[in-house]
Amino acid sequence: MINIEIDGKQVAVAQGSTVMDAAKQVGIYIPHFCYHKKLSIAANCRMCLVEVEKAPKPLPACATPVSEGMKVSTHSQQAVTAQKGVMEFLLINHPLDCPICDQGGECQLQDLAVGYGSSGSRYQEAKRAVTNKNLGPLISTDMTRCIHCTRCVRFGQEIAGIMELGMAGRGEHSEILTFVGKTVDSELSGNVIDLCPVGALVSKPFRYSARTWELSRRKSISPHCGLGSNLVVQVKNNRVMRVLPRENEAVNECWLSDKDRFSYEGLNSGDRLTIPMIRKSGEWQTCGWQEALAFTAEGIKNVINKYGAQSIGALGSAHSTLEELYLLQKLMRRLGSHNIDHRVRQSNFRADVISQGVPWLGIQIAEVSQLKSILIIGSTLRKDHPLLAQRIRQAVKQGAQLSVINPIGDDLFTKLAYQTIVAPSAMLNAVLQVLKAVAEIKNIPISEQIASAVKQINISESARGMANSLIEHSPSAVFLGNIAQHHPHYADLFSAIQAISEITGAKFGVLGEAANSVGAYSVGVVPWDVRAESANKTESRKSGLNAGQMLGLGVSEEESACSAYILLNLEPELDSYDTRRASQVINRAEFVVSLNSYKGNIPDYADVILPVSPFTETSGTFVNTEGRIQSFQGVVSPLGETRPAWKVLRVLGNLLQLEGFDYDSSEQIRAEIISDKEEFVQNLNNSLDVLSIKDFDQKGSEVERIGEIPIYQADPIVRRAISLQKTHDAAPPMAFASSALLNKAGILAGETVRINQQNEEIQLAISVDDNLPDDCIRLACAHPQISRLGTMFGEIKLEKL
Amino acid sequence: MNSLMLSIEALKKIDREIAKYPTDKKQSAVMSALAIAQDEKGWLATETMDFIADYLEMPAIAVYEVATFYNMYNLKPIGKYKLTVCTNLPCALSGSNQTVDYLKKKLGIGFNETTVDGLFTLKEGECMGACGDAPVLLVNNKRMCSFMTEDQIDKLLEELKK
Repeated sequence: MINIEIDGKQVAVAQGSTVMDAAKQVGIYIPHFCYHKKLSIAANCRMCLVEVEKAPKPLPACATPVSEGMKVSTHSQQAVTAQKGVMEFLLINHPLDCPICDQGGECQLQDLAVGYGSSGSRYQEAKRAVTNKNLGPLISTDMTRCIHCTRCVRFGQEIAGIMELGMAGRGEHSEILTFVGKTVDSELSGNVIDLCPVGALVSKPFRYSARTWELSRRKSISPHCGLGSNLVVQVKNNRVMRVLPRENEAVNECWLSDKDRFSYEGLNSGDRLTIPMIRKSGEWQTCGWQEALAFTAEGIKNVINKYGAQSIGALGSAHSTLEELYLLQKLMRRLGSHNIDHRVRQSNFRADVISQGVPWLGIQIAEVSQLKSILIIGSTLRKDHPLLAQRIRQAVKQGAQLSVINPIGDDLFTKLAYQTIVAPSAMLNAVLQVLKAVAEIKNIPISEQIASAVKQINISESARGMANSLIEHSPSAVFLGNIAQHHPHYADLFSAIQAISEITGAKFGVLGEAANSVGAYSVGVVPWDVRAESANKTESRKSGLNAGQMLGLGVSEEESACSAYILLNLEPELDSYDTRRASQVINRAEFVVSLNSYKGNIPDYADVILPVSPFTETSGTFVNTEGRIQSFQGVVSPLGETRPAWKVLRVLGNLLQLEGFDYDSSEQIRAEIISDKEEFVQNLNNSLDVLSIKDFDQKGSEVERIGEIPIYQADPIVRRAISLQKTHDAAPPMAFASSALLNKAGILAGETVRINQQNEEIQLAISVDDNLPDDCIRLACAHPQISRLGTMFGEIKLEKL
Repeated sequence: MNSLMLSIEALKKIDREIAKYPTDKKQSAVMSALAIAQDEKGWLATETMDFIADYLEMPAIAVYEVATFYNMYNLKPIGKYKLTVCTNLPCALSGSNQTVDYLKKKLGIGFNETTVDGLFTLKEGECMGACGDAPVLLVNNKRMCSFMTEDQIDKLLEELKK
């Protein structure tokens, strides 16, 4: 430790700290623009100049390392003169028109000019003007205001992993811009808006819509990816105006993904439902809540009377709150049906009867930064988990080795140690190679149940490399991404990574798909009663239909799995593994109740539409992928006649004369779910009772589909966020294939082709991606134009027009 | 990316520059690579910079930063001869302003302009580290001309016009 003195205060700091760090430790504020705790030191704004005893001139606090006995003054005559001088320089070219600037009121330059500048300007000459740049639909520019702190440039290089912005020119001609005519397309781009200390980069959707002091700030939690980013939702006139990050070092640090930041536009979408609707003799009519709920209860009772309780199925989106999901499963179970699930995009449920607990990340999110070796299986990591990808990027920078087994070869903007890109059907083989390799290296036999699976397997160089990496670099971890979770071999992949983990000591887990995936599983939105499990686990777990069965997987075309469906925040024609079958079975059902915030295509197949609140209009809880329980309050009052889903389900429970539906608040429900936090978290367990690998020698079809969920199509809210829908990531769907496959079919890149899957076909343009395996077509799902096709993986045909 | 963007010889030269740095620090060769590309193409088009970014495995915008920082790099097509006159203080005190005025008059162009015959482009330069020879000017970034009085300029222009 090094002892120094700042403004007369003694402080001991670690070697290598800067004066800025030391000042922070004793609570002394040193003005700054370019310095940011998460970014590298640039020392180019010169605002943090301080006086250091025996130094001939003022030194920048952010770039001056401490040394023993150093005496620093931040308010001495020399320091103040320096700061005043720097401020005068900064304001020479900066427009002094705060009243018309969107940053006004929350501008660091404005604040520091008041605190450290003069009251007037001596500058008489012409100011320079800089042309604005088009950075895309999310970031608006006013480049004349830029003070060249380069925070945005460093953010791209260091955090987002891709340098999209740079500073061109020199001296007075310096400008922040993108390479000739490009836009900023990173999925983390919105963070530069927060980083910009002036009004040069501001939010395009929010621009000129409100002043910072008119907004009330309310805490919330992001409903999108499994990370559970902490939010500050800013509200004016009962309308969500924008969303900013709430710092939480253990979760999102000080960042937000663009999805979390800009999805709020979907909350104010014109597609929002505001009044209950019922279908009476084929005609839609709006009605009051009482009538709608009575109609719903009646409909459910009719179906039960006709076909029995087993004919009702419920599907809840894992983007719903814990309380809503809990009441949905309670309602179903009290009605006598175990047909309930949230895993709508999963296709392989074989692990259900052998899982020991709720699948989760397997470690704490913060621990990801400390990992030394990471193996990721089947993931569009940057798009599905933007901030987790960022953490992994930082871990790699600290020396971790990252390996990937994936059907796609997208750039993760970080260094990869080993990479195996194979068709989905060959992924299991690639994972088993790693398993065989770790067993050989450690000389530990593979457990008997799965030993036969690896017998015929040849270990490739990269598999051996991955194995070595997991063994030699500890702590290590293996994660299954969304592609793996949707994969038709999910249970096999899971067994294989558990076996790898048992041999290497690596942690293993799944990257939670939705904000409340862990929560949904924990409260029993699965086909068995998690909370009252009987001794005969296998039997009790077979008691209900899973999401796949309810949505038509393994059910013949003519029949429907259930006669009635209750859907919570779900658009099954987009949110399911086989969108074609899902639409069919839902359409065929006799009675469909849809609780949703958006109208979408619901009138096509539902019989009752109950408008329920999105996360901003209800209190609730999300349990993120690491098992962190995060509750939040509603930030605005419900739109129109919209009601929180927990209230709707409560009344429905009462109308159906079920017991235990008398709650006064969501907190009461939460207390019933989580009586003891420790106990709740103890249910998180990735282990399977027995390892089993079944389909290890299965052949893939001639051409396979790789169907991922595009980042801005993943849930109903984000689908309706207009600005996000204008980004590059939300571009109209396109098919991709390797040039080898295109050559074989005699197709030119860019040509429109016919794509056929399970007797449905669509026509769209195809493009080359030589990072794909040869026998695959990458074609995103969850898109209205594509949802006519079937399963996310499996056989697909490509034909020249 | 089109590998025919630069000639084999130029690529060989760039490879020689790359070899001077550790294998994972390819981008250290960016300045030489840009200079080699410019020698061949005469100026640096967006596609050329894009190519170099790809070749050195660095972001295109980082190449652009370097190319815009130094004014020896031409981001627009120029005349056959680029005359860069230093106008920094020591040269200015030794009469570089007159040098510039004479050149402007003689060629009939201003700074950053090219003569109609496509022969000369006039540029304003920064200190070239030869203040003892002031005023100095640089022909095509490579040839330094000292003590550029009006006579000397006449001589130089005559020579170049041949």
